[in-house]
Amino acid sequence: MNATTVSGRKQPLIYRLPVISHFRTSVGLQRGMLVTGLVLSALFLLTAVFAPLIAPYGYAQLSDAAGTFPAQQPPSPAHIWGTTVSGYDVFSRVIWGAQTAAVVIIVAVAMSIFLGVALGLISGYFGGWLDRMLVVIADAIYAFPSLLLAIVMSIVISHGQSSFWGGIVACSISISVVFVPQYFRVIRAETIRLKAEPYVESAKVVGASSIRIMGRHIFKNATRTLPLIFTLNASEAILTLAGLGFLGFGIEPSSAAEWGYDLNKAIADASSGIWWTGIYPGTAIVLTVLGLTLVGESMNDLNDPRLRGRKKAGSKKAPAGPVPTAGAQAATEAESSSS
Amino acid sequence: MTTNIDRPGRGSGPVLDIENLKVTFATDGGDVFAVKDVSLEVNPGEVVAIVGESGSGKTVTAKTILGLLPETATSQGAVLINGNNVITVSAAKLRQIRGRDVAMVFQEPSTALNPVYTVGWQIAEGIRAHADTGSGNKISAKEAKTRAIEALRKVGIPDPETRVNYYPHQFSGGQKQRVVIAAALALNPGLIVADEPTTALDVTVQAEILELLRDLRDKYGTSIVLITHNMGVVADLADRVVVMYQGDVVEEAPARVLFAEPKQDYTKKLLAAVPHLGRNSASEGMTERAHQGGKVLVEAKNLTIEYPGRLGSPAFKAVDGVSFTVSEGEVFGLVGESGSGKTTIGRAIAGLNRTTGGSLKVLGYEMLNYKERTFKPLRKEIGFVFQDPAASFNPQLTIGDCVAEPLIIHSKPTPAEARKRVGELLESVQLPASYADRFPHELSGGQRQRASLARALILNPKLLIADEPTSALDVSVQAVVLELFKEIQQEFGFAALFISHDLAVVDMLSHWVGVLYKGKMVEQGLGNQVMGNPQHNYTKKLIASLPVPDPDEQARRREAFKAVLHS
Repeated sequence: MNATTVSGRKQPLIYRLPVISHFRTSVGLQRGMLVTGLVLSALFLLTAVFAPLIAPYGYAQLSDAAGTFPAQQPPSPAHIWGTTVSGYDVFSRVIWGAQTAAVVIIVAVAMSIFLGVALGLISGYFGGWLDRMLVVIADAIYAFPSLLLAIVMSIVISHGQSSFWGGIVACSISISVVFVPQYFRVIRAETIRLKAEPYVESAKVVGASSIRIMGRHIFKNATRTLPLIFTLNASEAILTLAGLGFLGFGIEPSSAAEWGYDLNKAIADASSGIWWTGIYPGTAIVLTVLGLTLVGESMNDLNDPRLRGRKKAGSKKAPAGPVPTAGAQAATEAESSSS
Repeated sequence: MTTNIDRPGRGSGPVLDIENLKVTFATDGGDVFAVKDVSLEVNPGEVVAIVGESGSGKTVTAKTILGLLPETATSQGAVLINGNNVITVSAAKLRQIRGRDVAMVFQEPSTALNPVYTVGWQIAEGIRAHADTGSGNKISAKEAKTRAIEALRKVGIPDPETRVNYYPHQFSGGQKQRVVIAAALALNPGLIVADEPTTALDVTVQAEILELLRDLRDKYGTSIVLITHNMGVVADLADRVVVMYQGDVVEEAPARVLFAEPKQDYTKKLLAAVPHLGRNSASEGMTERAHQGGKVLVEAKNLTIEYPGRLGSPAFKAVDGVSFTVSEGEVFGLVGESGSGKTTIGRAIAGLNRTTGGSLKVLGYEMLNYKERTFKPLRKEIGFVFQDPAASFNPQLTIGDCVAEPLIIHSKPTPAEARKRVGELLESVQLPASYADRFPHELSGGQRQRASLARALILNPKLLIADEPTSALDVSVQAVVLELFKEIQQEFGFAALFISHDLAVVDMLSHWVGVLYKGKMVEQGLGNQVMGNPQHNYTKKLIASLPVPDPDEQARRREAFKAVLHS
């Protein structure tokens, strides 16, 4: 405690960034969880970025110089994870699918985070009828199953099927409709809590305008939990996207690769012993969601001082084992002999 | 366990024996040595007070006695209770010791009791938990209840047969603390550890609880370890005093000796810092109200402030027909217990609460149905110092940014001008100007409160409202901040409304004092007259309840005021 308050005036920016600061404060199992999550997420992101370099074929490629790809072929040197019923290369589809997923996460979260935070701040700070109305709307959206809502939105926006960007935007909007209320609620709750803090009152007494109070005093203090919701929502976004694709409301296979769509097409294969078309996209979804969730969960634990594990006090002196108890033993002996 | 009835240790040898206790906490910033080397003994029927400022390790020591330390702590040494070393015994054994040999009374009675169970159930819980470890036969619910009633009677709860079925919210704060003490007493332990048992209570209630604890010792021979920072409480109750500072025992002496001739410098400093009613009064030698020629800055006439009640219940009158004035350059002290409405008045003057009746004129502006837009220009004439300096600064901004905020809002200076002015102000509150670059958590409590004062004064306001500015601070820090406040007030010449529950603190600073009781102003007058010759019964009781840091004088006062206290 003393070390941080007295010596270091302010730690360099890099150590104060969300994930890095979390990594530095973690120990033991919590660090293991965080590292596993980070490695999986990094793997996902790298695959997404370098998909054109990694994938041997395009996502919609059905033939190359050697001719048309055979359908439903088991893994072979030419197609290391085999091919699908339509003749797509599974490996390439999985790799390109990471790119689609990453773009959808970014667009969906970006769309929902700004709207959700702004609405949450305003609604929490001013209260009154606006607050009540927004809360009712948020509750109403909660009452819908999120996938149903996403389906409805995707039909409204793109009539079910569409091009790469059309599909991405449709998916993102349908996902953000579900997420805006989440950000809204978290920020609103924090704002209501912070509104009663003495430093906000002190700004009011001084005569600061509402916009200044919201922007300078509440916003920064209310956003602490955002990285956490961000990671958890990112994993949920992938699942929603996969769900949409699986149900056939996603993106056309000729526009982009999409794990959910591939899983859908693999249903029939499963019963005829063709495992490779389903296992690989499925594993990709599981690992990505697992990675993001692990990052989110360990950030949650590390943010809370009560859940955060620490190195045992005095562990440097641990080898000096019996020393501390010697006095106690002597005392117990003295006591027992006297009684 | 046949020793359950005639307990070993009681009557012979110490009840508690702490030897070379060391406690270390693992934190993010490395290990913190909370208790470095503490040894102490408590004899049967003795009240030992452990005093010290926050961070001295007194509460950690108390928690070690019951084995209540969190997982991040490692303790070494020995804490012997009737021959059992609490640090090394098994969890099962520790459970037997707790409640039967040693019990705890917590600081905040309203959180120490579970709101969804009756108090009788909660007292009986301890009795039943220990029933089968004794003679083997279980205690019936009926018997446990009888014993709970007995325990409630012991601590002076009237009509215990009925009230044993009450829930915690049906008791007042002082009665709740009595219930907590009753729960601690249920198994008749030889030792009670009381961690700041009166800190959360009003001073008049505090006097009652202290009397109860004294009775317990006298009647049942219970030993008490009293953890407190209040020297008056120590003087009132303790036989022996252990002074702790930064995890070490600095001095240990019988109470009388310690107060009469403290040996260590730290103890002397600590005792000198305790505000003493009647000494160092701001209104000393005054015979009539000063500063009456100047402009009247705050004028309240029949001021009423109501909080709307829940559906169906009537509105709660926090302030009920209060009239007073604060003139230019005058320090008006507002004293009262919790719920007296003193904070509500302060907040209403600053426009944080709405008034509902009567008239409140602040700098000539009528606050009844005020509009933020028209009141805003006047805000730069009003400074406000909040109670908790830690919470009144935005943790994300530097001290410099926080202090400069009023300036930036009202006069839009250039960054260089603002910085210069902040530096000046920080220096006038005796902080180095370089502290402007620090963050609030990097300052100590006293330094933060000075920075808070600097922020309130940066626009040179005519009126300063200080709401319990020192009640979150340690005694020695409080003394320094109060001294500074006094100096600055004389230098800047602003009028101030000084709100506090502590009579001695108010007396030190205020020329004119108003006493609030349940929303009504029961008495106002010159500081020295109100304190020296109180007229209203409530003021008399308030002054009588305040323990003075001197065992002999306190014993005399206790006798002399007995009649007043029980009225």
